[in-house]
Amino acid sequence: MPLTPAAALPTQDLAHDEPQDYLWTLNFGPQHPATHTTLRIVLKLDGERVVDAMPDIGYLHSGFEKIGESLDYNQYVTVTDRMNYISPLANNVAWHGAVEKLLGIEITPRCKYIRTIICELARISDHLLCNGAVGLDTGAFTFFLYAFNRREDLYDIFETACGARFTNSYTRTGGLMYDITPLFLEKVRAFVKTFPKTLDDMERLLNRNRIFIDRTKGVGFLTKEEANSRSCTGPIARASGVARDLRKDEPYLSYADFDFQVCCSTVGDCYARYLVRMAEMRESLKIVAQAIENIPAGPVNVGIDARTALPTKRQVYSTIEGLISHFELSMSNRGFETPHEECYSAIESPNGELGFYIVGNGTDVAYRARCRPPSYIHFATFPFLIRGHTLSDVVAVLGSLNIIAAELDR
Amino acid sequence: MTRPEMIQALQSAYPEIKTSEFRGDTRIVVPRERLRAVMSILRDERSFDLLVDVTCVDYLNYRGAQDRFGLVYLLASTTSNERITVRVFVNEPDLTVASMVPLWEGANWMEREVWDMFGIRFEGHPDLRRILMPDEFTAFPLRKDYPLQGRGERHNFPVLTRNKG
Repeated sequence: MPLTPAAALPTQDLAHDEPQDYLWTLNFGPQHPATHTTLRIVLKLDGERVVDAMPDIGYLHSGFEKIGESLDYNQYVTVTDRMNYISPLANNVAWHGAVEKLLGIEITPRCKYIRTIICELARISDHLLCNGAVGLDTGAFTFFLYAFNRREDLYDIFETACGARFTNSYTRTGGLMYDITPLFLEKVRAFVKTFPKTLDDMERLLNRNRIFIDRTKGVGFLTKEEANSRSCTGPIARASGVARDLRKDEPYLSYADFDFQVCCSTVGDCYARYLVRMAEMRESLKIVAQAIENIPAGPVNVGIDARTALPTKRQVYSTIEGLISHFELSMSNRGFETPHEECYSAIESPNGELGFYIVGNGTDVAYRARCRPPSYIHFATFPFLIRGHTLSDVVAVLGSLNIIAAELDR
Repeated sequence: MTRPEMIQALQSAYPEIKTSEFRGDTRIVVPRERLRAVMSILRDERSFDLLVDVTCVDYLNYRGAQDRFGLVYLLASTTSNERITVRVFVNEPDLTVASMVPLWEGANWMEREVWDMFGIRFEGHPDLRRILMPDEFTAFPLRKDYPLQGRGERHNFPVLTRNKG
């Protein structure tokens, strides 16, 4: 969108009759430290007050959905990593959850537990970054360091699980890339033990901090009705009083086995969103603590009969079914067969409802791989939330929405 | 009201609605003219208050497909936790469908993305502009007839060098 001189902007939405030539236009982004990623907002300002905000996105558009039409179901998981790179494991699980729904595969209980654990660790990692960045943008640098210090431990855990720190690609159709190791269990146990103290420290640092409360309380109100009408999900909707959490409402993976609570607030401002995220980390930790001690034994991938997950080397070399299955899955002109159908499957990602709408056409490449990106839908509410606030509130609202530009633009 | 009853009530009001079921998901196909009316009923009387997603599928060369584009509206209820998928088929040359922005504010950007990627016009949309692709872009990249090889739109953009610019 071209930058319009302030005098040429339409004025009918303003209450005053005099010409609005004192309004001026500020270009926020696309490269700005407080946007964290590449997005641009054209702000119309009256002094320091934001009269209107016009988001201009697409700087990071990489055609992920088009790529999904030429990569097969297992290859595309690497692209889902790059969508929300703050919690890539949740994207992996969401993608393969949708693929398995399309294929009608029931994954093994062990795989369900491991996926639940990594999803919750990804949620903690996302909320640490999001809340840390809100703190950073509103002037609490120490808080940010506390959060990032623990994210390093989480990256270490992910590295133990799948060998990659940042872009994990841990899931496969019908299972996982590797089974977990005793070292993984040890590291997760150590994390579960030490993380509550970090949370206490973080809460003591910021929850009653006068500057932080002044910057976030009463900023960016979203009512329950508005949150529903604007399709908000996840922590943002829950901070506005929408008690909807897919982990409870449509228990997927093994969430039905665990005791945890859905964290809600009825206030709906930036401070409430911060508090909801802090509370959710505690609940996630509860889930991880329960899951890590009760992981069922058994295989991590579905059996050879499903013909979707690669068999183990032992099966390949010692059984004819294993050999055939390995051959069929590895040949580029074979792969597995999908129905001529379409389905939608969603998970409660750290950011909100993350779903994939997949259209199968018989081959192992999706005909259409639509991603329902929570960041995109939440960012659409931004002009509504910021209208009437001051310029310094832009970063507080932007931070509390947790916008990931790679997921926003895909 | 259970799900089969709800579908029956809808079908008795609009007999042209087709329903199908896949892996526990209920899907209905609505004629284009009836979309706004059916969506209002679903929102106001059946408590589907959350528009989860609006997307589109280009069925060019898809086996057994009768229509070119299929719009997909995913609805959910925040109170009863039900989901329903509403589909509408549109064909060239008349690629227009009623906008859902009067019912859900959240439809605004979702419909803009569908317009940007597939070129489906939404009647009654307040601000139907391209959103992810640049304004100068002329094609609709997620259509199946969009070429994947060859010289693309990038070559059509004017090249500005430091001296000329």
